Amino acid sequence: MSYEFLVASAIGVLVAGGIYLALRARTFQVVLGLTLISYAVNLFLFASGRLVVGRPPIWDKAVSQYTDPLPQALVLTAIVITFGMTAFVVILSLRSFLETGSDHVDGDNVPCDAQDGMAGSTAEDGEDTRP
Amino acid sequence: MTLADHLPILPVIIPALAAPIVLLVMRRRPTLGVTVSVASCFALLATAIMLMMQVSNGTIFAYAVGEWPAPFGIVLVADRLAAMMLVLTACLALIALLHALVTGADRKGWHFHALFQFQLMGLNGAFLTGDLFNLFVFFEVLLIASYGLMLHGQGPARLKAGVQYVVVNLVGSSLFLIALGMLYALTGTLNMADMGLRVAAVPPEDQGLLRIAALLLVSVFALKAAVAPLHLWLVRTYAVSTPAVAALFAIMTKVGVYSLIRVVPQVFGEGAGAAAWVPAPYLLPAAMVSAIIGFAGVFVARSLSEQAAYAVIGSTGTLLIAVAGWSAESLGAGLYYLAHSTLAAAALFLVADVVARRRGAFGDNASPGPVFAQRGGIALLFMAAAIAATGLPPLSGFIGKLLILKSVAALPDWGWAWGAILGTTFIGVVGFARVGSAVFWKTAGEGTAPAGYATRADLAAPAIALALLAALAAGAGWVSAYTDAAAAQVLDPAQSARAVLTEAGQ
Repeated sequence: MSYEFLVASAIGVLVAGGIYLALRARTFQVVLGLTLISYAVNLFLFASGRLVVGRPPIWDKAVSQYTDPLPQALVLTAIVITFGMTAFVVILSLRSFLETGSDHVDGDNVPCDAQDGMAGSTAEDGEDTRP
Repeated sequence: MTLADHLPILPVIIPALAAPIVLLVMRRRPTLGVTVSVASCFALLATAIMLMMQVSNGTIFAYAVGEWPAPFGIVLVADRLAAMMLVLTACLALIALLHALVTGADRKGWHFHALFQFQLMGLNGAFLTGDLFNLFVFFEVLLIASYGLMLHGQGPARLKAGVQYVVVNLVGSSLFLIALGMLYALTGTLNMADMGLRVAAVPPEDQGLLRIAALLLVSVFALKAAVAPLHLWLVRTYAVSTPAVAALFAIMTKVGVYSLIRVVPQVFGEGAGAAAWVPAPYLLPAAMVSAIIGFAGVFVARSLSEQAAYAVIGSTGTLLIAVAGWSAESLGAGLYYLAHSTLAAAALFLVADVVARRRGAFGDNASPGPVFAQRGGIALLFMAAAIAATGLPPLSGFIGKLLILKSVAALPDWGWAWGAILGTTFIGVVGFARVGSAVFWKTAGEGTAPAGYATRADLAAPAIALALLAALAAGAGWVSAYTDAAAAQVLDPAQSARAVLTEAGQ
């Protein structure tokens, strides 16, 4: 089995799992799904410079063949951005859960009184446990 | 190098410097922070106008950041289209900022002004960049700032809409990166001008991949522009945002349209093999459906802000009907309509806020309520904004739609386009008339409107937006000549490739 096949199927499995989770109803699963998708994207970007092993990315007198350094720079940027965004979306879904009492991405199907009860108790719990 | 040589990067630098300053001084000296923020917006307007004057004779400024030569470093490209978008952004930013200051919306959180500046930095950068990955980065900058601005003021409704907005855009960003990775793997470059030259050399066995990459990229732009099947995120987000923020967001969908106009002729033009004009067969139907959905939404909207959000979708649809022709005439007409529809949507959001502030518990619901302060004057403002949004004379929407109708008449599918534009105009007129008569003519209940709202200061921002629309109508000859020239320049990618790869490549 070739190296390319392994990387390609890994990306495919990550994307499939990511899409499945991103389509779920609750924010936690959606966040996990987005994380899986972003892993897949990072791997994909990395692979877009072709898969080569043991070659230098920058100029060297002794060698004639290089690995492409640009995708590595792109991946670095993408990782930083997705890392920040994941942190943000975790906090946002937590706030949304605490304020609306529902962790559904589309929270319309949760009955109103259940929402209120959850919102109240969870918010209080959160404050009580603060050191 | 003189300062004039660095003009193209100033629209990115000014807000990038202003934002941290505002962030630092806001807690101790709020007045100074606000001053910096306002000064930055004025500086942006001045820079944008200077840039526009320099490029209006047809020159294309290619600015190599850090003097790295063109295909290797990042270039900023200022041409007629970019300069026009910068001026539009600066005008809109001043209007939105004025409204936020007058209504006190900026004091509901600490970081309104800092986020506002970062948002402007992202917008300006996206309009100026000549590099596809850099476009992604500026998209992220403006999106991250927009997440913060959208949640400004907080409350459960905003948080819930915010989660959806963020999730949708994160998926969009992932697709953007996948498309970029494929295009880089196929062409070995990320510079738009360079990529436009290299797509012609993609070998036959990779044509399928090229087509997939192009379609993915176009779908991402369509998501940002809220085109028909991808429009569902917009209404809830815009309707619950702080109105001053929603007014600024009026230009965010136009960023998607701008990217489409910029990237498709430059990269996926004639010579692109299987990816040549790749969105062309889908764009017209999608644009017509979004125009119909948008104006049908105007008809059924339950509140003024929701109506304004639907008007954004409808106007983007109308604009894309013009863009879908990919001819210089229709694109020129579309660019005129783009400037118009951005300001018109902003005016609608601001009028909705002006109404909501005076009606107490009734908010901006499209139902009759008690008589409120300055109802007559506000009714006139709403009427003017509705006239602008639907495209009736005498405001610039009429001229914009007339130009679009005239230009698409030369295209093969003109019957459909005419039907969609004229039909949606009619639905829009009826929808605005229905809501307007419910809010401004009918009266229900006794004076529950909060008394003592005597100030008229908050009418200033929507009035300025409408005055700009009137100016756009009065100066239509000059503006449409400019937009026609901008369209011709965009559709001639060889010219900008020459400017980018030779001038900045030295």
